[in-house]
Amino acid sequence: MNPRFRRYFFLISVVAFFGVFAWGLHDLPPFGHYRGPYGDILNHVAVYERHATDVVTAVNFDYRGFDTLGEESILFMSVIGTSLLLRPQKKETDNNDGKADNSLQRDLDESERRRAPAASDAARVLTLALVGPLIVFGWYIVTHGQLTPGGGFQGGVILATPPLLVYLAGDLKTFKRITRQEWVEAIEGAGIFGFVLVGLLGLFVGGAFLQNLLPLGQTGSVISAGTVALLNIATGLAVSGGFVQLIYVFLEQTLEVKLRVQGGK
Amino acid sequence: MSLSSIVAHITALPVATPLGTAAVLAALNKFLPRRMADTLAILATLVTLFTETLLLYSVRSQPFVYWYGGWAPRSGAALGICFVIDPLSCALAMLISVLVLVAFVFSLRYFDSIGTMFHVLVLGFLAAMSGFAFTGDLFNLFVFFELMSASAFALCGYKNEETTAQQGALNFAITNTIGAFLVLCGIAMLYSRTGALNMAQIGRALGQQSDATVITAFVFLLVGFYVKAAIFPFHFWLADAHAVAPTPVCILFSGIMVQLGVYAVARVYWAIMAGPFAAHRGALMSLLLVIGTITSLLGAIMCFGQRHLKRLLAFSTISHTGLLVIGFALLDPHALSGVALYVAGHGLVKASLFIGAGILLHRYGSVDELELRGRAQRHHFSGIVFLLGALGLAGVPPNLTFLGEHAIDHAATLVHQDWIPVIFAFSGAITSAAVLRVYGRVYLGWGDRESLRTGKQIPEERETAGPHHRIPAVMILPAFLMVIAALGLTLTPKLRRAAETGAFTMADTAAYQSRVLDGAHLPNTFAPPGQTALTPTLISTSCAIVFGLLLAAWSLSPLWPKQDVIVRPFKLVMGGLRSLHSGHVGDYVAFLTLGAAAIGIVLGLLIRRFGM
Amino acid sequence: MSLFPYLVAAWLFCIGLYGVVTSRNFIHLVMCLAVVQSSTYVLLLTIGYRIGGMPPVFAGVPVGTPAVDPVVQALMLTDIVVEATVVALLLSLAVQVHKGTGTLNPDHLRELQG
Repeated sequence: MNPRFRRYFFLISVVAFFGVFAWGLHDLPPFGHYRGPYGDILNHVAVYERHATDVVTAVNFDYRGFDTLGEESILFMSVIGTSLLLRPQKKETDNNDGKADNSLQRDLDESERRRAPAASDAARVLTLALVGPLIVFGWYIVTHGQLTPGGGFQGGVILATPPLLVYLAGDLKTFKRITRQEWVEAIEGAGIFGFVLVGLLGLFVGGAFLQNLLPLGQTGSVISAGTVALLNIATGLAVSGGFVQLIYVFLEQTLEVKLRVQGGK
Repeated sequence: MSLSSIVAHITALPVATPLGTAAVLAALNKFLPRRMADTLAILATLVTLFTETLLLYSVRSQPFVYWYGGWAPRSGAALGICFVIDPLSCALAMLISVLVLVAFVFSLRYFDSIGTMFHVLVLGFLAAMSGFAFTGDLFNLFVFFELMSASAFALCGYKNEETTAQQGALNFAITNTIGAFLVLCGIAMLYSRTGALNMAQIGRALGQQSDATVITAFVFLLVGFYVKAAIFPFHFWLADAHAVAPTPVCILFSGIMVQLGVYAVARVYWAIMAGPFAAHRGALMSLLLVIGTITSLLGAIMCFGQRHLKRLLAFSTISHTGLLVIGFALLDPHALSGVALYVAGHGLVKASLFIGAGILLHRYGSVDELELRGRAQRHHFSGIVFLLGALGLAGVPPNLTFLGEHAIDHAATLVHQDWIPVIFAFSGAITSAAVLRVYGRVYLGWGDRESLRTGKQIPEERETAGPHHRIPAVMILPAFLMVIAALGLTLTPKLRRAAETGAFTMADTAAYQSRVLDGAHLPNTFAPPGQTALTPTLISTSCAIVFGLLLAAWSLSPLWPKQDVIVRPFKLVMGGLRSLHSGHVGDYVAFLTLGAAAIGIVLGLLIRRFGM
Repeated sequence: MSLFPYLVAAWLFCIGLYGVVTSRNFIHLVMCLAVVQSSTYVLLLTIGYRIGGMPPVFAGVPVGTPAVDPVVQALMLTDIVVEATVVALLLSLAVQVHKGTGTLNPDHLRELQG
């Protein structure tokens, strides 16, 4: 279809589609009057049963923990997929006449040092100063998920930002050192494996998969809600590892392109 | 510990084993040698298969429900997520594991694997499909749907050196993601109406009410899942994805992933929507019969007009999935048992056909039918895969597809839809004719060098390492095992009975809801006894294969019309159809929107205005 | 009109689809897909809202205070992070297309026709 015909064809379809959608929506309960039992039941029992004040985390990692395992796996598979799709192609590594990968790294560093503009002092100070606090903050969010809004997913994303800050500070060597593939992939794998392991532990104790078997602790303190804390940490590891991997893979692409553009050594 | 408590504990394993192994393989990516990775992956798949066999054995008389986290429902309200283990879902999960095993065996040693990433993605795919088959929670279904999709997108774009691979993967990814969003919207609407995410609970809460929200939610779920199932008009992505994906991935896509879309709609219908649509069966049946028939015929015709082997097989998948939708559209447990048998038979046959194409790619570096003309004349043995595969596609006994087709045909005649066996025969004939034509051209050297089909040649590169002058056992063995299994399993005693039990149990909505929400221990629902005569289907499938043979032979012979006056209208039609399959994702999404809107409007009108 | 928030979700869905269909750049297309995705979030969150309800975090607040639905929030939480990675996957496909063919315009890529 040529673009104009496609546009008109689609406009007619989408108007009809919107009509169907709106027709389906008009019978919903009015906005602001949530009726259904599921949320209300959980709001009433979660704090008492799980000693967790943040019901959302209790839902995510206890009541519907199996969903969270699935979601984490989606993240994991997408990151693996992205690394797979953006892996160095044969024609890219052959740019240096078939030299090994190590020399490519060396050439990259050299070209960067010689031609890439260094980050300004202000940028460097600010970004590097933020690295420490962000790591602490990230872990705080991960471990306090059962008390206040937070948890493995949010904290994991925060934990993935320090490497990016290091890159922005212009310190490529440290960036490459902290994002070494072996470590990052190990962390990611450990996260998923940890989640599955906690689930299997439930089986060994005679309960169901993902049963909450650790002592529940006191509501409102950091050590509470049993396995929710463990699962939070596992998720935090997996998510942070995943996002660091993504950042690394995409930035690697930028450097590749730069290398090719700058005269293709 | 009794058997039942052991079995209860292993329910999580079909999902946990592949995921755990994938995590380990990913963590050790740079350290594991290729052999270790292959072994671990195959081991994990075998463990999963063994677990599912145990589960099937344990539910042969009574299904059971497994609650994750130990969250049993309270006074009919589900708090957690459950797996419903019934015979049909176990059989489906076993088929999934078998096909994944075949994919791994095919890729042993030769397939160009990047570290362990291929294994990790396929194991994730396995976990997703297993969870998808068993789950009893609607959002959990969506999560596994997304996991399936994420792994599939990456696997499809595997060959990142070929630019067409990325485009095919993009088309696939974009259309399926929109389908997933539609599913999520449907789930949201049902959640708003009933306040539950558990399928049985939603079904019970809906009762018989079929207002606008319920109808629209079902339409969205239907469209979303049928995007995955590649049903017209959502089917455009499948041929693109198959043309570029590596062979083991194609085995999985065509063998089982697409059929899971049909399964999901069947599960949603019988767990949730049977009540609301009880008074509107006529509307739903008519709509789905039309869609299924168009899909089937369009797929068959496009299949015949392809020269790229994998695209040819992809269109034949579309055609046969259309037949599955026709089977489901009858909304009858007998037909459902036929659909189950057909899924099994088609999955096995299609897997072996794709291995056949993969063998040709490995040996000769091409999957273009015209380029391969006559080149495989010295390898008659591997060509038998194509012959037997064609028989399977036509539904010739003693194939599993024959049994499936018979059950659906019989159910169709009971509701006076006698034209359905004709569609089955016709589609079977055309798709088997295409495969037979491939056999004739590639393995016997018949046919012209060029032909009237002016489809563009899509180049394909080798995906396996050498040596290329032999066909490795790891490739040829699974192919033969699959076709022979499709033939041999038919002879399993009481197979039809078992399939009917599985189907009737799945279709028994009240019992399903009772088991899940009330913890009732109800045995499997059995079909009313009675044998059906196989003769009518025997006749129709014989006609199908004879017609297919004649058509294939005719297309290869000099008698195939070349005169402009005869050929021109066909060329126009084919050209028109081909330009619809433009490879442009905007077109695909436009058709998706049109299809969704049309299905919604038609169903709404049929129910409201015509009171069907 | 209490239907309005729901219609916002439907509108976002349609506008995102329009972007996908008429896009001339794959990066733009994937971002329009993100718009469609956000429409599903809007739909879910508006469904779970309760007027006068507080967030479902009972730190220091007695249980039983009217709160909004925690389930949809839990679903959305994990979904946002996950869909971010799926978008990354799609973008990496777009990057590869650009590296291979030099263009990001779907109109100029017709190799898969037929």
